[in-house]
Amino acid sequence: MLDGLRKRPRLTAVLLALLLAALPFIMGFGLGNSWVRVLDFVLLYVLLAIGLNIVVGYAGLLDLGYIAFYAIGAYLYAWLASPHFGLHLPFWLVLPLGAMLAGLFGVLLGSPTLRLRGDYLAIVTLGFGEIIRIFMNNLNAPFNLTNGPQGINLIDPVSVAGFAFGKPLHIFGMTLPPTYFYYYLFLAFTLLAIFVALRLQDSRIGRAWAAIREDEIAAAAMGINTRNMKLLAFAMGATFGGLAGGLFAAFQGFISPESFNLWESILVLCMIVLGGMGNIPGVILGAVLLTVIPEALRYLGDLQRATLGHVVVDPSDLRMLLFGVALVAMMLYRPAGLLPSRQRKREFAAEDGVADQEQADLYDAKA
Amino acid sequence: MSLLKVSGLKVAYGGIQAVRGIDFHVDEGELVCLIGANGAGKSSTLKGLMGLVTPHGKVHFSGERLHKLPTHAIVARGMALVPEGRGIFGRLTVAENLDMGAYLRNDREAVRRDIKRAYALFPRLLERSKQLAGTLSGGEQQMLAIARALMGRPRLLLLDEPSMGLAPLMVQKIYETIGMIAAEGVTILLVEQNANLALQVSHRAYVMESGEITLSGASAELAKDSQVRAAYLGD
Repeated sequence: MLDGLRKRPRLTAVLLALLLAALPFIMGFGLGNSWVRVLDFVLLYVLLAIGLNIVVGYAGLLDLGYIAFYAIGAYLYAWLASPHFGLHLPFWLVLPLGAMLAGLFGVLLGSPTLRLRGDYLAIVTLGFGEIIRIFMNNLNAPFNLTNGPQGINLIDPVSVAGFAFGKPLHIFGMTLPPTYFYYYLFLAFTLLAIFVALRLQDSRIGRAWAAIREDEIAAAAMGINTRNMKLLAFAMGATFGGLAGGLFAAFQGFISPESFNLWESILVLCMIVLGGMGNIPGVILGAVLLTVIPEALRYLGDLQRATLGHVVVDPSDLRMLLFGVALVAMMLYRPAGLLPSRQRKREFAAEDGVADQEQADLYDAKA
Repeated sequence: MSLLKVSGLKVAYGGIQAVRGIDFHVDEGELVCLIGANGAGKSSTLKGLMGLVTPHGKVHFSGERLHKLPTHAIVARGMALVPEGRGIFGRLTVAENLDMGAYLRNDREAVRRDIKRAYALFPRLLERSKQLAGTLSGGEQQMLAIARALMGRPRLLLLDEPSMGLAPLMVQKIYETIGMIAAEGVTILLVEQNANLALQVSHRAYVMESGEITLSGASAELAKDSQVRAAYLGD
């Protein structure tokens, strides 16, 4: 069946569109409305993973503080659309501003780290992520900017053409909670992000990033302005992060520094490593799996209660255990990820052939 | 007028002086080599020319002074480097590597012709064009690195130790190709430890020793020089 679909891309696209459109209803009526909320988070994480993939997967710059840009987008949204400062600007204005501010911070983080690579870059970005979080935690005095650990509450929901996403909608005898509307909004942004990321990959910019990832000195020797290209990667990735942050703030209605800790950065990084770094379908798959599986594991608690009468193993403990096991297994058996990019797949497959070629070369030179 | 004219070039890493004020020139159409032992400052000289490290002194390239220019701007003026250790893009295919060599060019038709020419020069690369460059053998990677640098249609090609780490037969093959490229009129500055080969293929040579140029002259003359023979040719 998969083969048949591959041969008919148009039919596949139509079926996929129908599935994506019907998904919240399928999940909502099949598994309960809490699953529509999970879907929303899946989309947010896909958006984040696609953004981080630009920095890590395309340009090869290991960023462990990515969630800081998510935080910046979220806080800007909260400042401009909540009672905190009494501002209530519309989302179509706040969202781009948040994305732009995050992009600016991306350049700010990028410029001092231009000479760093690998481990060193990872440590600096990790520090940056923590600095932002600690700022958010402490900037409630002397001037109350972030409201400290309590976070900012009552953030305006998104409203499109006078229709606010904040309240449930009663239509055709159904009650649709806001999670349904956010699903379609997030879907639109996610599709846009996927489109942009795919176009970037094949562009001149994407090729320059790939060259920098492979060998920075050689990339410079090709005439690539490595400084600007690296800054652009940081800025683009951060912009996606800021966008996701703004959407998150509007969706939750509440943000606090706790949502933006190091674990979140690592989680997003795991999504792209697990799914297949540099490859958009892989990145999406990674984000979907790492958001859905922990939710699905919750049922194990109910199962234990029903069969054993009490909870023996706490599902949230189990979650971390399984997560660890899955990562170790992946690194051993599928180091390039579940859906590796074409290049990485071949890289891991072709290592054995080199020695033979070396031999063949010598004979060739003799002839 | 010389294509490349260098005077008082110094390169330092922190407090360590790798190149201590050297003068040399490369004329249009020449193949000039810079020979010397490990750590003599040969590669540092090339890095300084390319702006990969910040040099002191004067570098004139076709009449223009390259002063504090970033590497990409120097490449845009027509200098190309085949880096030490080849520096191929391992997870890109051979064909993609060649494309990267033409990164600054917009003349698609001519680029396509140049790719064909590169494959004609290195038939081995054509066979492997869809393979990842990282899976090529050392010699093939060196061919790719040279072919990629030529894709930029450089006016001056800088080669950093093309013989490094290769089997003797492969070294011979690479040097035959360097000779062919020079015969086509590409100006080349070759840095090499293997003095024997470098002196055979080049017109003129400079001998470098602890950051300074100690000898220079026509390659054929230098190959006969007793000092050179003793120090570099193992006599």
